[in-house]
Amino acid sequence: MTGSRAVPGLRWPRLLAGRGRYVGDLAVRGMREVAFLRSPFAHATIRTIDCAAARGLPGIDAVLTHADLAHVVRPFRGTNALFETLVAPEQTALASSHVRHVGEPMALVVGDSRAACEDAVEAIEWDVDPLPVVSDPERAVSADAPCLHVAAPDNVCLAMEASSAGVDETFATAETIIDATFRFARHTGVPMEPRSLIASFDPSDGALSVLHSHQCPAAMQQAFAALLDLPAHRIDITCPDVGGAFGIKQQLYADELAVVATSILLGRPLRFLADRLESMASDIQARHHVVYARLGAASDGSLVALDVDDLLAIGPYSQYPRTSVGEGRALLTCTAAPYRVPEARARSRAVFTNLGMAGHYRGVGHPIATAVTEGLMEEAARRLGVDRLAFRRRHLRSVDDGPQRTALGPTFEPLRYAACLDALAAAIPTSDLEVWRDRVRASGALAGFGYAVFIEMTARGPAFYGDGGAEISTRDGCFVRLEPSGAVRVNASVTEQGQGVETAVAQVVADTVGIALSDVAIVTGETANTTHGGGTWASRSLASGGHAAFQAARTLRAEILSLAAALLQCGPETLDIIGGSIVDRDDSNERMTLKQLAAVCHFRPHQLPAGRQPALEAVASFGPTDAPFRAGCGVQLSAVEVDPDTGVVRLVRHAVAHDCGAIANPLFVDGQLKGGIAQGLGAALWEELVYDDQGQLLSGSLADYKVPTALEIPDIQIVHLPAGAAEEDPDTPPRFVGVGEAGTAGAPAAVMNAINDALAPRGAKLFQMPATPERVLQALGAARG
Amino acid sequence: MTHVSIDLTVNGRAVRETVQARMTLVDFVRERLDLTGTHVGCAHGVCGACLVLIDGVAARSCVMLAASADGRAVETIEGLSERGATRNLAEAFTRHGGLQCGFCTPGILVAAHALLAETTRPTRDGIREALAGHICRCTGYEPIVDAVADAAAGRQDAGP
Ligand code: FES
Ligand code: FES
Repeated sequence: MTGSRAVPGLRWPRLLAGRGRYVGDLAVRGMREVAFLRSPFAHATIRTIDCAAARGLPGIDAVLTHADLAHVVRPFRGTNALFETLVAPEQTALASSHVRHVGEPMALVVGDSRAACEDAVEAIEWDVDPLPVVSDPERAVSADAPCLHVAAPDNVCLAMEASSAGVDETFATAETIIDATFRFARHTGVPMEPRSLIASFDPSDGALSVLHSHQCPAAMQQAFAALLDLPAHRIDITCPDVGGAFGIKQQLYADELAVVATSILLGRPLRFLADRLESMASDIQARHHVVYARLGAASDGSLVALDVDDLLAIGPYSQYPRTSVGEGRALLTCTAAPYRVPEARARSRAVFTNLGMAGHYRGVGHPIATAVTEGLMEEAARRLGVDRLAFRRRHLRSVDDGPQRTALGPTFEPLRYAACLDALAAAIPTSDLEVWRDRVRASGALAGFGYAVFIEMTARGPAFYGDGGAEISTRDGCFVRLEPSGAVRVNASVTEQGQGVETAVAQVVADTVGIALSDVAIVTGETANTTHGGGTWASRSLASGGHAAFQAARTLRAEILSLAAALLQCGPETLDIIGGSIVDRDDSNERMTLKQLAAVCHFRPHQLPAGRQPALEAVASFGPTDAPFRAGCGVQLSAVEVDPDTGVVRLVRHAVAHDCGAIANPLFVDGQLKGGIAQGLGAALWEELVYDDQGQLLSGSLADYKVPTALEIPDIQIVHLPAGAAEEDPDTPPRFVGVGEAGTAGAPAAVMNAINDALAPRGAKLFQMPATPERVLQALGAARG
Repeated sequence: MTHVSIDLTVNGRAVRETVQARMTLVDFVRERLDLTGTHVGCAHGVCGACLVLIDGVAARSCVMLAASADGRAVETIEGLSERGATRNLAEAFTRHGGLQCGFCTPGILVAAHALLAETTRPTRDGIREALAGHICRCTGYEPIVDAVADAAAGRQDAGP
């Protein structure tokens, strides 16, 4: 019933005409602007913040510090009840006694323009006593490291471990051990629209409404209710057009909370539009790991054991309400998931640093797990002198194995890794790549190609947040109703940031009911008008929201057919709905239009059989509960040239073979893959939040933090595995698997493997991202001795 | 605070306003003229979201003062769109998925329009060069390059 069609995004006509409605384009009468005084120190005790001079400046309504807000907003801590040992220090909307990272908000200014507010920020007089700084993860766990919180004398937020029983014994008898230390730079998501919101509190009726550039309005409703002592049903969060998010707009931010609290205090609408400089310092950061890993092989070349030890640099607090340990958790779950390795251990320690707040960015932990596993796999194949793909095929799990339980504990549904590998190798034969590589090498340059097999855990179930005590829904709902015009209106709890889920949900409804997409109108991202739902995170929206849409639309369709059958005096099973018409199922002859039926039901219901009350609306909600997540998988290929004189890496080609189940809209699925891969390529080669040893951010602008452009990102070849036959059944909800994070999961690993393939003839290796020219030259230099 | 009065045309309409000397052109068109299609992605001249045409030449309105547009003709995405100048580009972006969140899109459309005004036979590399001053975080660029190439081909078919 739900076909796969490349339908353009429903918002695109507006966006292409310059008629977007992002928060910064919106205004509420009486609205004031906001700017923050942010800490220029990475770690300090606050002595004084004197706002008197700032308050007297023209155009300034208020200047507030922690003391002014403390009675309106509660402090918060990013705990999770599943982890008893997790240290979650208290955080406040505005810093109270200490600042612990550069960019931490210290005071908030309200005025009639952002420029006036910024002038007032300059006029605030403050004084702090600097404290010693922890600016990198290895330093954080060194014996004499400064300590950020008394509750965590060793700076460890959480240590986690998963292991099978015989790891050490197996390594002791392994014939070959391949090991490496992998280093990953700190990133952030850089949505092109910075974070923004307009908070309007009306003291007369106690209602708070927030226009929010956000992924999870329902979660914000819960968070604001809990922290601001407001009834949740008096809070409406509306997400208008959102200019990208990538996990960065999934969180509660201290500065945003301060804006909402100030709106309550002042009883007037406030708009906060983060600028890029404050975004770089205060947006969620991620991916900052040092991982020591080793792989053991037996004398016959089979893999026998894997051991991964991860150090993850979070910021100074555990992020509320999701915590900052998600990357480590993902690492423990999906490291080596594609391979049969009898013994495995993975450890992750999340450590506090005086760097920016850390949490979830597109791919959460997957890129780290994949880069480590796949880096070791290619290094092992090199050491053992075997073909990389043959070596992988020998160890890849097969769908024939049934459920795939890994040595780390988790069990995955059967995934088609090998089929993806075969599809990729068929589309781009290794022999072609070897011919290309030999030709480039013959000219004196360095060239190589590499692969990365990846898993993507999508559409999480309720086990983590639900059982952990966080009010974060893993469900989504859909409300559909037939209008007198014969059109269908849809209110869905999924949220749209450009990925296309809104359009896909509308497609599911249109196809399931049997009407044209142009006869569907959809509203998303409004807590007042949709069921309480999860919104966008962990590649989940269509898996849950598409399923709910299908069920709601099926119910409406059944009611329409039943009503039509009553009017036409036939059996509902003899009718069908095609293109907005009710037709005979046998010959598709039109019996009446949907509009005619709707008009009877809305305006002349007495024409229906006596007592019949038409139910022209239906609602359904859905969230996976049977498994911790739905997994997709795939393989990526990267080919690079490396200039041995400059160290510059050029991406020559990139490809992905992918299995994500049913595809509602190939335009969006391919868009997710290509966009995600581009971010992964950025991770591999350019993107790095550089902090100095005093915790000062040195790459705090887009001139310093290199986001790749059209000059660097190559065209990307995509091979989709066809969905299984069961998904064609019209009575079964389409089984969508997420696709949003596949690109970032695999791309960095593929690029690093390609670079190492290129460097191998020189005996050089590089396991540090991004692979900047400097690092490439150092690797080449080290190999020369 | 120093103020200046400026006299210019914006999207073909005469505009006379008094602005703070420090006001940027992008703030002027967005906040004073309600032309919010021109976006601010960085405010430091890197991302291209704020691209407008000034006397027909593409310029970053976040690193220009409104005062410096005095006496000039400014055209924004709204103007280009309303007079149909970006229609076939918009159609091509729609066919190829050349946008997702749409935040970078107005700037990129302005750049593509400026490119196609120079040549209707750009190479793929030429398109990539022309877009090098823009950041799109969503699409990975390939669909944008496809769309611009397709729009260029459409303009060739339509004749000079
Ligand atoms: S906003 Fe002007 S270049 Fe980024
Ligand atoms: S479409 Fe989102 S930044 Fe380009």
